[in-house]
This record gives sequence, C-alpha cells and structure tokens, in this order.
Amino acid sequence: MENYNSSNIKTLEFDALIIGGGGSGMRTSLELAKSGLKTAVVSKVFPTRSHTVSAQGGITCAIASADPNDDWRWHMYDTVKGSDYIGDQDAIEYMCSEGPKAVFELEHMGLPFSRFDNGRIYQRPFGGQSKDFGKGGQAARTCAAADRTGHALLHTLYQNNIKEGSNFLNEWFAVDLVLNQSKEVTGVIAFSIESGEVAYLKSQATVMATGGAGRIYSSTTNALINTGDGLGMALRAGFPAQDMEMWQFHPTGIYGAGSLVTEGCRGEGGYLVNAEGERFMERYAPNAKDLAGRDVVARSMVLEILEGRGCGENKDHVFLKLDHLGADVLNAKLPGICELSRTFAGVDPIYNPIPVVPTCHYMMGGTPTNIHGQAYKQSNGADEIISGLFSVGEAACVSVHGANRLGGNSLLDLVVFGRAAGIHIQEALKTGGGVADAGGDDIDQALDGLNRINSSTEGFEVAEVKRELQSVMQNYFGVFRRGDFMEKGVSALNEIREKISNLHLKDKSMAFNTSRVEALELQNLFEVAEATAIASFQRTESRGAHARDDYKERDDKNWLCHSLYDPIQKTLSKRDVNFEPAQVETFEPKVRTY
Amino acid sequence: MIDVNIYRYNPETDKFPYTQTYSIKKPEKDIMLLELLNILKEQDSSISYRRSCREGVCGSDGMNINGKNGLACITPISQAIKKNKIELRPLPGLPVIRDLVVDMTEFYAQYDKIKPFLQNETEPPAQERLQTPEDRDKLDGLYECILCACCSTSCPSFWWNPDKFVGPAALLQAYRFIADSRDTKTAERLEGLSDPFSVYRCHGIMNCVNVCPKDLNPNHAIGEIKSMLLSNKKKENIIVSDGAS
Repeated sequence: MENYNSSNIKTLEFDALIIGGGGSGMRTSLELAKSGLKTAVVSKVFPTRSHTVSAQGGITCAIASADPNDDWRWHMYDTVKGSDYIGDQDAIEYMCSEGPKAVFELEHMGLPFSRFDNGRIYQRPFGGQSKDFGKGGQAARTCAAADRTGHALLHTLYQNNIKEGSNFLNEWFAVDLVLNQSKEVTGVIAFSIESGEVAYLKSQATVMATGGAGRIYSSTTNALINTGDGLGMALRAGFPAQDMEMWQFHPTGIYGAGSLVTEGCRGEGGYLVNAEGERFMERYAPNAKDLAGRDVVARSMVLEILEGRGCGENKDHVFLKLDHLGADVLNAKLPGICELSRTFAGVDPIYNPIPVVPTCHYMMGGTPTNIHGQAYKQSNGADEIISGLFSVGEAACVSVHGANRLGGNSLLDLVVFGRAAGIHIQEALKTGGGVADAGGDDIDQALDGLNRINSSTEGFEVAEVKRELQSVMQNYFGVFRRGDFMEKGVSALNEIREKISNLHLKDKSMAFNTSRVEALELQNLFEVAEATAIASFQRTESRGAHARDDYKERDDKNWLCHSLYDPIQKTLSKRDVNFEPAQVETFEPKVRTY
Repeated sequence: MIDVNIYRYNPETDKFPYTQTYSIKKPEKDIMLLELLNILKEQDSSISYRRSCREGVCGSDGMNINGKNGLACITPISQAIKKNKIELRPLPGLPVIRDLVVDMTEFYAQYDKIKPFLQNETEPPAQERLQTPEDRDKLDGLYECILCACCSTSCPSFWWNPDKFVGPAALLQAYRFIADSRDTKTAERLEGLSDPFSVYRCHGIMNCVNVCPKDLNPNHAIGEIKSMLLSNKKKENIIVSDGAS
C-alpha cells in the first residue's frame, strides 16, 4: 500500500470536532449546533449504536420528584462518599447542582421518562443513595425510562441533533491526534470506514468523547466497540491519564455472557443470594444491604464465591432474586432485563433467579479535565491546559467518580459535562481562542501509526494478541489485586507491547475493512491496559474499586490524591484532589461504610 | 460440522457477489450467531459485518438469516441451523457496501423525514412537562425501536419505493411522536404523511411484525396513522359540505 503523507490526503477544516457519537459527544454537539460554529461529530458507528444505548437503570439527579424535599447537596454527599474521597468536590458540586437543569432539558427534548401518578418523572432507589447526608435512610434519586434509560437518552439526543442540523461523519475512525510544534492539538487523522479514504480533520477544538475501554478485560458489560480510542490517542501523543487503576466491576453481569443487569433490579427490591439461599449482603452492609456501593457489593460477591458459597456446578457465581417482585412489576419496570435474562441466561426472572458475577463495567479514570472539558497535563508538578484538547464522558476524568462511581451518575456526567464543554468551546472560539496550524511534518508524524499497520507484511494476529491482553488484565488486575501478581501482569504486558508494535493486517482493502479498525482498536486497548497496570501496581493502598490484598487499608496520608500516569516515562505521580466546592462546606474524608 | 454460507462481495475485487461456504465444527455450546461470525472472522479476517453491543440493543447487526431478517447477536445458532446449514445474507433491498454491510442512507433519510423529535411550541416549564402514567404507557412498544432496519428491509413496498414509502421503522417513530401527549404537531405530522406513498403503500402484509427483534408492531402503528388520516378526511368532508349548504 502507498504511504499516506500530508500532501496526498485531503484536509477537512472545522471549528470544533467531536470524536464519538455517544451521550457525551452528542450532548456537546447539540450545544455547538446552535452556535453557528462549523462542527462535526466523528463516530466509528452510527451514533445510536454507541454504548450509551446499553445503560439501563437511569440517571441520578436531585429533581425532587420521588421526594419533594430532595436536595442536590445530599446527592453531592453520596457522590463524594462513593468516590472514596478522591472525586473532585468542585466538579461533583457542579454536576449535582447543574444536574436538574440538564435532566429537565432532556425531558423537554422528548426523552420518554417513566412517570409517577402525579405526572412527574419516575425515580427509583439506587446504590449508595441517601437522604440528609447519610442520616435519613435510602433515597430514590435515579430518574428512569423503564430499564432502557440509556437507549431513550441516546435516541433523544440523536433526534435533537437531527432537529438542530448537526453534522455527522458516521463510520469514520479517528486514528491519531495531530500536534503542532507547540504540542497543541490541531485535529485528528481519520478515515472513512466505508470508503477507506484518509483525511486530516483539522479543528480549533478537538473533543474526545470516545467512552470507555472495558474490552481490556475478557469479561465485561461493555460493547465490542469500547476500546478506549480517545484515551489511546492521547496516551500515544504523550498526554497523561488520571486514576487509571480505578475500574468498576458491576456486581451483576450475566454469568457467562457479561451483559449488564441493572442495579435498578436491586433498587426495585431484588436481592443477591448465595448457594445456601442466604441474602449475604446483610452481613457485609447491614444498613444499605444490596444497595451498598458497587465496589462493596462486588467484593462481597467474590468473597462468597471464594469461601465456597458460590452457586452452580462450579460454585462460581451468585443469584439475583427477582421473582418475589411479581410479574406486573417486572414487566412494567424491568422489561429489558427480563428479555436479556431469557436470551443470555436462559432464565425467566419472573420464576427463577438470574446467575450473576461481578463484571468489568466502567473506567473511572481517563484524561484529566476541568469542568469545561479542557484537558490537562502537568509540567513540574503544576497543571497546564493542553490547547485544543477536550475530553468528556467516560473518556474523561473530571473527576466526579473518583475511586468508585455511583450507579446513575454516568448518564448525568455525560449530559452535564457534554453541555458544559459545548458552552465553553463556543465562548472560547468566539473570543479568539484557538490553536496554530500543524505543519506537514506534524501531519506525517500523526500518519505514522496508520502507515505502519497498512504496510505490515507479517507479524502477530490481532485476535490472538487481544485475547492474551484481556486474559492478563482479567487475571492480574481484577476485583482483588496483589502486588506480586500485578508485577507479573506488568511484565506480561511488556512482552505484549512487542506484539502490539508488530501486528499483521492481512486484509489491506479499502471498503469497509473492519480488520483494519480492529487492529487499531487493539493498539488503543493496549495503551489503556498498560496505564491501568502501572497505576494499579503503584497505588499501594485499597480505595474504592482498587482493592489490594497486600495493602488492605485506605491510606489517606499517602494516597488521598489522584494518580497521574505519564505514558512517556511510564511512571506514576500524584495530583491533588479538589476539596474546595464553591457553595457548600468541604466534605471531609470519613470511614466509608454502608 | 455445519456449513455457514455467507454472501460475499468486495467492490474492489469482485465483479459480482458470490456465496462462500465455511465448514466449521458445530460449537458445543449454543452460542449466538454473532459469536459464530466472530470465530469465522478469526479464520478469514476479510469477512465484513457491523456489530457493537452484542446484546440486541444497538441494532448494528441486522442481517438476513436463512431468508428472515434478524439480529445476529440475539439469534442462537440452534435456531439458525437448518439441515446443518446457515445462510447469511445482507439485509435485502439496500445497496451492499461489502459482504453483510448495507448502505443504510435511504433508511435513515426516511427516519429524518418524519421529524423524529418532540415538537412543542409552548414555553417549557422550569421543571419537566407533566405526563400521566397512562399517557406515558402509550409510548410503550414505540420508543424502543433500535433502528436495525430489519422491518423496513423485509417490506416489499419499501424495496420498490425506498425514497417515497416511509417504511415501517420510520412510521413507527412517526406514530411514537403523534402518540406523545407532549407533542403538539399531530396535525402537521399527519399532513406530512397524507400523500399516496408515505403511509398508503403499506398493505399490511405484516412482514415487519414477523421480523422485529424487539417484538414491536409497526403494522399496528401504521393502522393508527391511517385511521387518524381517515377521520381527518371525514372531518374535512363534513366541514366542506356544511359550507356548501
């Protein structure tokens, strides 16, 4: 194949470019569509195929529907506590206080929320929710459209983007960031999957809305497309990633298939049982029981299994019991779960419990940003904004989730910060903010990765290397972690690095070549996996989702901070957590119990 | 062993499409068809198909399975194997880009045409617009569409007039907004569908209902639209005749 260079590819120019057509990307684009700026959403799939579509239980927000006295400060308290105190309090404050506006906007756009008898939006209880700063018992704060909230939200956002005339480059794959000589981001190299045509998409603002990377694990609730493309690009460009050791394992992935079973099942009154039929969460979290934080529930399940009380022939899962809720409730509130369970577990939850196991679900880490979506790096220990680069949603680490995300907070994160980034970019570009052009050499450099994979004549099989990578991550960086195991994992990844640099792309054709996409996705997965491994190995404590057998306690003296992974040196440094909300008193770290 | 017959076409190398047979040991577990395709793709990386969520909610992997449209990711191979064979073809009626990947431009254009977004010109309240649970129930069976195109590409009327007949998927969405108590543009929406093609090319043969992987019923929605158009027509006639007398 002919090599691409800056003179044989075309340049398409935009004011703002959004990479990713999921919830956060489309909320950003919706804001920008109204601004008159020339904007495009670059999505490797048609937007409604994005992973936001799989979100089920809802969007958590203090809209005071289930409880007229609900207060966003209580939501903020829960989120700070859920984050195990390394969520940034200025960002959490922004999300929780702006949240109601963002949710009402979605309703005005047409999102078909379920309703209470008084006509207001239906809210259900979710894990880690409380009233009155933990003192008033369980809250019901998660706004839902049955158990298809993500589908409803994603389609509503797409529909409103149609209404506002947003510009989409659908089935285009972004390969690498283009940086100018001042290391500002000036756009991306991308190609049309359909035709194979390569282009430099030049932009004053490039927003990474590329979602998570759950496919670094072999067992995940994530879609096949969740390969951390934006983060991979940023890491290859030398930009840091924050809190990459923090991966959420959702308590209830369907055993075997990995498909998500919403926490809303437990919110509606379902509960987990072990092989003895015992509701074991009563022992681990006497107050919140099955609605404790996800990290707490996932660990409890693994302990039950390790102690021999797992269900099934191999005693390697537990059961989620729903039948006592009755067919009416299940059909009205959890119809999607009934469908998924019948299809993927062969079980009808109206009669029998669903076999479930903790499954990789969400990346709390990502590109560090402020509340406007502006990406950060550090020089000499001080934060510095990366000109031209933004990140929103799961790809970003703003950080509202810290060491453990609460259920329902991801959809809120998408719309609140997608909107905020859109507003900021409009203002910044109208007041002359922007980046200098990249030169021909800069563009050539960004084309290097694509040229390399295109010119491969031999090397390693993509599918095989992917399996190897996923099994290393699954075995050494799962729910429970240990230094000596992780050390093995890190050195196994070093060997895989060799293979990643020498992948063989057999099929060099142009038209809808999905093997080319898969090879590039694997390279992104690897970058994310390596960041995860190194950060996990070096954070010598247990906090939130990061649970170590060799460092069982939370260590606030040394680790009440973000970790910042430097992809060039492959080292980890510490970054301060924000403890300075503007409108409320700081929530001081406390022992976290449920 | 089973034979998986896959429609193959790469515009760069093939003058005509052809069927390629992959003989493969029948998996011991009853896996989904998408997983079977993934196994085949490891053997022959040139096979092209779309996929994303692998759980039946994103609508990427609609294809024609033994002559009937469906989603590969929620079709167990036990259901797909007929006489030790599985026939996989692209969704019918749309141009093929490559192998099992079709060009969905016309399908999406029909979706855009029905204005698939809530329209309400009144100033929104500071909170949400209220909707009774009964009114919200009217959206069930409508909003869940995943735009997989299994229905529209199983419909002969859509094959003949993909540019003029809106097709079952987009008509289901047209009705989703007509049925929404918060939408105030019912009259305009109906007016936009009143030509001889948009709705009336549906002859109720129910292919859409038979193939919908989400068990939705576009035929019913189309029926509702037709009767609303009809009762509008009657009202107009009454007004006209009143005027004449």
